[in-house]
Amino acid sequence: MDTSQGMSPVVDNNLTLPPIADAAAAPRIDCRNIKVFYGETQAIHDVSMSFPDRAVTALIGPSGCGKSTFLRCLNRMNDTIENCRVEGQILMDGENINDADVDPVLLRSRVGMVFQKPNPFPKSIYDNIAYGPRIHGLANGREDLDAIVEKSLRRAGLWDEVKDRLMAPGTGLSGGQQQRLCIARAIAVQPEVILMDEPCSALDPIATARIEELIDELRNRYCIVIVTHSMQQAARVSQRTAFFHLGNLVELGDTSQIFTNPREKRTEDYITGRFG
Amino acid sequence: MTDKARSPITSAAAAKHLKRRRAADGRFRYYGLTAILTALGALAVLAVSIGSQALSAATYNVVRYDITLDPAVVAPEGKSRPADISRNVEGFYSLIRDNLLDTFPEAQEDRVLRRELSDFVTRLAVLPTARLVAKNPELIGSQITVTAPLNDDLDLYLKGGGVRERKIRTGLIASVQAGAEGTYALQGAGAFDKLIAGLTVAGEGRATDAVQMDVLLTSGASTGRLTSITPGAATMELLTGKAEDFTNDRPTARIILSPESERTISDRQIAWTLALKDMGRIKREPRWTLLTNSDSTYPELAGGLSAIVGSLLTMLVTALVAMPIGVLAAVYLEEFAPRNRVTEFIEVNINNLAAVPSIVFGLLGAALYINFLGMPRSAPLVGGLVLALMTFPVVIIASRAALKAVPPSVRSGALAVGASQMQTVFHHVVPLAAPGILTGAILGMARALGETAPLLLIGMVAFVGDVPKSPMDESTVMPVLIFSWSNNAERSWEPLTAAMIVILLAFLLLMNGLVVFLRRKYERRW
Ligand SMILES: Nc1ncnc2c1ncn2[C@@H]1O[C@H](COP(=O)(O)OP(=O)(O)OP(=O)(O)O)[C@@H](O)[C@H]1O
Ligand SMILES: [Mg+2]
Repeated sequence: MDTSQGMSPVVDNNLTLPPIADAAAAPRIDCRNIKVFYGETQAIHDVSMSFPDRAVTALIGPSGCGKSTFLRCLNRMNDTIENCRVEGQILMDGENINDADVDPVLLRSRVGMVFQKPNPFPKSIYDNIAYGPRIHGLANGREDLDAIVEKSLRRAGLWDEVKDRLMAPGTGLSGGQQQRLCIARAIAVQPEVILMDEPCSALDPIATARIEELIDELRNRYCIVIVTHSMQQAARVSQRTAFFHLGNLVELGDTSQIFTNPREKRTEDYITGRFG
Repeated sequence: MTDKARSPITSAAAAKHLKRRRAADGRFRYYGLTAILTALGALAVLAVSIGSQALSAATYNVVRYDITLDPAVVAPEGKSRPADISRNVEGFYSLIRDNLLDTFPEAQEDRVLRRELSDFVTRLAVLPTARLVAKNPELIGSQITVTAPLNDDLDLYLKGGGVRERKIRTGLIASVQAGAEGTYALQGAGAFDKLIAGLTVAGEGRATDAVQMDVLLTSGASTGRLTSITPGAATMELLTGKAEDFTNDRPTARIILSPESERTISDRQIAWTLALKDMGRIKREPRWTLLTNSDSTYPELAGGLSAIVGSLLTMLVTALVAMPIGVLAAVYLEEFAPRNRVTEFIEVNINNLAAVPSIVFGLLGAALYINFLGMPRSAPLVGGLVLALMTFPVVIIASRAALKAVPPSVRSGALAVGASQMQTVFHHVVPLAAPGILTGAILGMARALGETAPLLLIGMVAFVGDVPKSPMDESTVMPVLIFSWSNNAERSWEPLTAAMIVILLAFLLLMNGLVVFLRRKYERRW
């Protein structure tokens, strides 16, 4: 990951981050002219945007505007949806991930995803984390795997709560813990990008705060894209914000600028709660 | 909430409407209750009618014989190898018949009586004894006690079926005097009053002097047939035992309502049976042979072992063929196949296949497996393949339903950590669907276990006396055995058939129990 470079977060938040090297460097993901169709209907209209490394980008917009659809383009989860078609280029490390010769399975090990509803596997906590490393052959033997599990759980801030019951079912955790388990599961395969689709919408404020803290910490290592319906959350955790409306990217900018000084009328209306 | 919402009845029309709605609700509940009670009633009738029949077949009467294993009879010169001994039915049978002739000497001289006495035991009933002696040759020469089932008609008689009779206790017999040709004159003041009254009732006012119905008089091990009755005296023809037994006794009279010519058992056989019972040589025992014997033409020897083994072998073949095919087809259709015309067409046809009458599969099996592929007739292999044809659409449908019930979030979770489609399906989806898949498969198998019609067409109805050792051997299955037994005219097959039905139902219950168990054990919440 040391070769990857990101754009500097412009938003001033009170976290002390390691200085991000080169502000003008290439973004982690660069999307060009993305169009998504569900059968005949077009859900995303010609969207071009990029995602910087080691920063959180928030996607906001009214329901049905295509945030999830766009997010799913980034790890080709749209492939698994019947009659969904994606056009355009998505460049990661200079390679178009929509190319036919890119294996979406390998791509997904580089681009992790966390879903709206926590969806741990109905297996033990340990197996939830270990599953990804196992199928990708990331661990050499049992001890290595144990280490990966511990590291992932620690990063997800769950280790202290579950270290004594790693063999208990993951579905037995609370909603917030389950969501952190899912984040740990995503981290365990050592991705470069983490996509989160409304990760806190099923959680209470305390659990939400924990996840937000976690996202803030993870920002040091990953390129994070988060879909959220909460303006406050977008303002709190993200450095860049993209506003979608009716399948179009209306405005993209630094979070502070979007929330304080939006360029577009529609953005302002949405942020101030006049529609949505 | 507004006031209106709290009391919605604002007009007479609305009140009437509400009343009508409540009446409809009540009526519907009543219909439902009636339906359930009807179903339960039908079930209860079935259980009672089959259960009571089967209960009478659950035990049977066996006769004890103390025989000496005479080497000259059991293992004659040149035929003394264990294999010969175990097949020496005639020798062992003669020992038992001689034992009976010793017990009832009156049958020794008369050929007709000898045959009647021979009917007590079927020849093949000595086979277990022959096998025992073959295994333990040191027994030869010693005296052993063997038991053999009583003839099925006499067994039925002892259980109170087959022959209708009335029992009446007579008064004290004061004297017995021998008359001509084995007849005896019995005297006792008023000894036969009750008997005559009983005869009048039974005979609906027919003459009392000339006996129309058979009347047997039993005292201890001795039994005679009355030829004339007056209140104080009667003439008796002694069938077995000693006439002296009747003196100073109050013997039991049996009025047998059907004449001897219309019965399968003679007066003398009844007399001998009663005598054996009096000697304590007849015992009622649980009929384990129902599970340990194979089919036989004699009801007292018949058992379901070969059919049970045949059923198990058939089910094994069915399971080995239908489960993998059904489950894999369901997984492919549900998880991998693209949705298009072809898969839609396949889907519709699988549903149709599940609705095809089973006998059609029997015809198909006979044509395809036996005539075209030249497989053996009557074999569990062919039966299992035919039933597999019938079962796998059911397995597919059940498995698909189970796979559909797995929440999509599990799939996307696995895909998102970089599992391939196949890993997702086999690591996550199929294990979660497994209880449902197994449930469907077992229920499909249970249906196949009870199937008769298609197996008739591939010849599994043949009489099979041996336990099949492999799926290629000639065999029959439980439901077909029930079908064959219920076609037998003799009355003693009826309880046997019922007992076999109970055994089949027990197997089905076992399978359904397995389903419940698997569900409980492996069902997971997501
Ligand atoms: N599987 C699908 N098949 C057909 N149309 C779909 C499918 N998924 C989404 N759509 C359509 O695409 C459009 C965008 O949906 P999407 O789920 O991306 O919206 P969203 O911005 O995530 O909304 P929300 O905030 O409610 O989650 C909607 O009009 C939706 O109806
Ligand atoms: Mg969405």
